[in-house]
Amino acid sequence: MGLDEAKRLINGWVRREGSGRDRLLPLLHMVQDEIGYIDDTLVPAIAAALNLSRADVHGVLTFYHDYRRQPAGRHIVKLCRAESCQARGGAAVEAAAAERLGVAMGETRRDGQVTLEPVYCLGLCAIGPNALINGRPVARIDSAALDRIAAEVAA
Amino acid sequence: MTRVFISRDMASVALGADEVARAFADAGCEVVRTGSHGLFVIEPLVEVEAGDRRIAYGPVTPADVAAILDGTHPNCLGEIAALPFFARQQRFTFARCGIVDPLSLADYAAHGGWIGLDIARAAEPQAVVDAVKASGLRGRGGAGFPTGIKWQTVLDAPGATKYIVCNADEGDSGTFADRMLMEGDPFCLIEGMAIAAHAVGASHGYIYIRSEYPFAIQTMRDAIALSAGRIAPFTLEVRAGAGAYVCGEETALLDSIEGRRGQVRAKPPLPALSGLFGKPTVINNVLSLAAVPFILAEGAEAYANVGFGRSRGTMPVQLAGNVKHGGLFEVGFGITLGELVNDIGGGTASGRPVRAVQVGGPLGAYFPPSMFDLPFDYEAFTAAGGLIGHAGITVFDDSVDMAHMARFAMEFCAAESCGKCTPCRIGSTRGVEIMDRIIAGRPVPSSVRPELVEGPSFSADVERKNSPSTSSGQTGFLDQALYSRAPDRIDVSLGAQTALLRDLCDTMKYGSLCALGGFTPYPVLSALDHFPEDFGAPAPVLAAAE
Repeated sequence: MGLDEAKRLINGWVRREGSGRDRLLPLLHMVQDEIGYIDDTLVPAIAAALNLSRADVHGVLTFYHDYRRQPAGRHIVKLCRAESCQARGGAAVEAAAAERLGVAMGETRRDGQVTLEPVYCLGLCAIGPNALINGRPVARIDSAALDRIAAEVAA
Repeated sequence: MTRVFISRDMASVALGADEVARAFADAGCEVVRTGSHGLFVIEPLVEVEAGDRRIAYGPVTPADVAAILDGTHPNCLGEIAALPFFARQQRFTFARCGIVDPLSLADYAAHGGWIGLDIARAAEPQAVVDAVKASGLRGRGGAGFPTGIKWQTVLDAPGATKYIVCNADEGDSGTFADRMLMEGDPFCLIEGMAIAAHAVGASHGYIYIRSEYPFAIQTMRDAIALSAGRIAPFTLEVRAGAGAYVCGEETALLDSIEGRRGQVRAKPPLPALSGLFGKPTVINNVLSLAAVPFILAEGAEAYANVGFGRSRGTMPVQLAGNVKHGGLFEVGFGITLGELVNDIGGGTASGRPVRAVQVGGPLGAYFPPSMFDLPFDYEAFTAAGGLIGHAGITVFDDSVDMAHMARFAMEFCAAESCGKCTPCRIGSTRGVEIMDRIIAGRPVPSSVRPELVEGPSFSADVERKNSPSTSSGQTGFLDQALYSRAPDRIDVSLGAQTALLRDLCDTMKYGSLCALGGFTPYPVLSALDHFPEDFGAPAPVLAAAE
């Protein structure tokens, strides 16, 4: 999406949803949902649309883990690293997932096919180790489940 | 046409409930999607309607449809309420969860919904606040502050504009009660918020839900749209978080709704007097607000008659981690930790001995089995150097490395610190460094669980490399900071590092602005105190005697 088109998207959303300061997080969510990530070149447009400084928007954008400033892979695997999943063998799954998917935790694979990210608790704590595969919850991850995930992200 | 009931809870879906539901629909059944009953070992679960009873089968797969419909399936459980796991519970808040279609207003009304709201709206606001005070309800998010007193402060605060904010940023590992309630009985939370609004004179409310709960966000939004007419003139909206654990702290949450970085505010002023947008604000956890309809409908007495000491009513306890019968267990306060872990939870899923349980999420203390006689009560846990928090209990077997868990507590704090106060921002990073030195210097090798609790183990070699792992895949600032100190200039002996760790924890505990930095020492110090052998110190005599 080009910069002009992105600006139209942002300004159209603000006209519909309002331009109060409290619209900033929902606006950032919308931009990421539509474009996939929030490029630094969009920060001035977002700031102008809500009458905020660029520094202010940058501060919010960089504070929250969800917002991406670079494109993600075609598939996103979020693997839980929290205590309950660790208690069920999460550390081993984490190491095996990185190996099986060919990408380090927190990175996007060089071919742009998959991003592997940590997440701290999905609220499925009695049936871990857990992950979100492109937003779909998967529980009790074992070797066989990792094979299925690897096949899915190869597509 | 046969009616079957199958959960749409995120945990059930993660275990394959959607595929099972599709198979039943394809077989010509009427499928009703409910919330989860809360025992995950029997999920995916299907309940077949037989007259006015429901016969449960679980766990099931899509291939089991025929055997279930003709009643020959071996995993028949009979009626859910009769199972020991459910028969021992006192379901006040979760009475409807797993039974009703979460988005059916007719179901909600048929199961006692809106009674509390009607009683509240027929009474003076002060009478409603008095009922909540009399119930003894305390903040279920973990702080345990009396809910009625908070409401009184907001009721008495001057000003025409007031807000109700629901804290649904349930970030603690081992907790899922808020998520289950929002997905399984969203109108109950909406009713609780509408009662709060009447009690304090608020006209608008927000439900702040963490982004890791996509199902709960969608369910709450749908439920708000459906019930808008019923709760008018009170209005509600959902705000999705953006991945920040600290936004579960009430003032950081308010800043996040306002569109700012989720940084903690110094108190005073209290949010009750100057909260969201500077207006008087009731901010309560999901479970606190969801307990209110029962209190109004059944009377404060009915709620206060259950409990222990100054902890009145019920607590939806969550059994998690390496536990055989994990799930949601709502029960009156006073039940012991050992009863919860061993009798109800059935011990570990791996079948190995329980070595430690962490109560209250990443800021909660680790307890050894020798402390399992602790009653589940705010004061008892505080006296034992811990907290019940949001009542999540994470079970670990004997393969756990407690020094590794102490390091993780510091690592998590470093990743999630909002950065406003120095003890938390800097202390957590220094804490990871100290733990790395202790782990490197101790005689026992690090033993991160090499295989899975369930399912086949890995054939691949998953030995951890000796290089430090970072929690964030960002630019590695943490990594650089961690190893920037020249080790030849500090005393790296175990004794010195352990003393340093205690000193650091003391600074964090008393110098931090909020519970993130202030409570991170709980898991660290409890691991050190109860499991010194993992930190290169002699094991306690107690463990040797067992």
